[in-house]
Amino acid sequence: MSLRPTHELHRRRFGRNLGVGLVLAAFVAIVFGLTVAKVQRGDFERPGASSASQGGSGG
Amino acid sequence: MTDASINASTPRETEAGFGDYFALLKPRVMSLVVFTALVGLLAAPAPVHPIVGFCAILFIAVGGGASGALNMWWDADIDQVMKRTRGRPIPAGRVDRGEALHLGLALSGLSVIMLALATNIFAGAFLAFTIFFYVVIYTMWLKRSTPQNIVIGGAAGAFPPVIGWIAATGSMSVEPWLMFALTFLWTPPHFWALALFMRSDYDDAGVPMLTVTHGRRATRTHILVYTVLLAVFSLGAAFSGIGGPVYLTVSAVLNLLFLRGAWRIRGRDEAASEADNFKIERGFFKLSLLYLFLHFGAILAEAVLKSYGLGGW
Repeated sequence: MSLRPTHELHRRRFGRNLGVGLVLAAFVAIVFGLTVAKVQRGDFERPGASSASQGGSGG
Repeated sequence: MTDASINASTPRETEAGFGDYFALLKPRVMSLVVFTALVGLLAAPAPVHPIVGFCAILFIAVGGGASGALNMWWDADIDQVMKRTRGRPIPAGRVDRGEALHLGLALSGLSVIMLALATNIFAGAFLAFTIFFYVVIYTMWLKRSTPQNIVIGGAAGAFPPVIGWIAATGSMSVEPWLMFALTFLWTPPHFWALALFMRSDYDDAGVPMLTVTHGRRATRTHILVYTVLLAVFSLGAAFSGIGGPVYLTVSAVLNLLFLRGAWRIRGRDEAASEADNFKIERGFFKLSLLYLFLHFGAILAEAVLKSYGLGGW
């Protein structure tokens, strides 16, 4: 038998902590997905970088 | 073990669950924000990467939720008085006012920064302005001081499609403002119809609703006037870049029904309304929910049809 029986309020607190944990995990996944999408679209390239790589005079 | 440590480990009776904090964000209002912002984003003439679009809608929704939490923080005293709001987390004693304030401020900052990073700074700045408008201009200043509170508050609820449009295009044009006008002019008749059959709530809370300050006859007239203005703008939108035959058909039918309802409300006296427990007013309120949903649904349908080479004029 547990020395400290789980109170209903402890269960509620656990549910809250689990919820916050899942929200934080989802936020990390969203930021990662957004970064991948932006890198693929070329949002983080310097202006003129693409034309320079194609032999242009950019920069 | 000391008494202090026992107390520290004992949870307080009002320990809130995760759902209580979520309820602070006004999920039902958030669903309207999500839907109208999504329509604004998809109706815009600029393709959006699906993940960027998802993030834009998510952070607009979080910004809307943050406004809701800040609204509940400020309005905790009147929420306790009104039947409709008595069960909210703060008046029910499950969440402290301070917690709602901190959650609202944190989510406001997060949503604005993330929207600006995900889309563009203009969209982030407009979301910040919307939160400021709803919390400071409407909730703190005008809600308790003018019977036009609903009209002004409606503007805050009408901004999401504009933010969605800006998130997609990075600029402004007439079309998002037509969507703004749709929600802005829809809000007064929607809420005044509610005030007609929920009168004791607003009276008890001392909120200067039009029904209290100008009387119920004037409120009925105001509902009709705003419904006529709404019909002009919503039908006018049919001939803009977001309109088309589908939108025009949906809008024409809904406006006829809505005008008929407003006309009948205008023609009724209090005795007749009380005799049938505000049947016409309740019906008008329910129709108003359908009215807004189907109008934005029709704009979305036109946008989808356009992507297949159909839709529009």
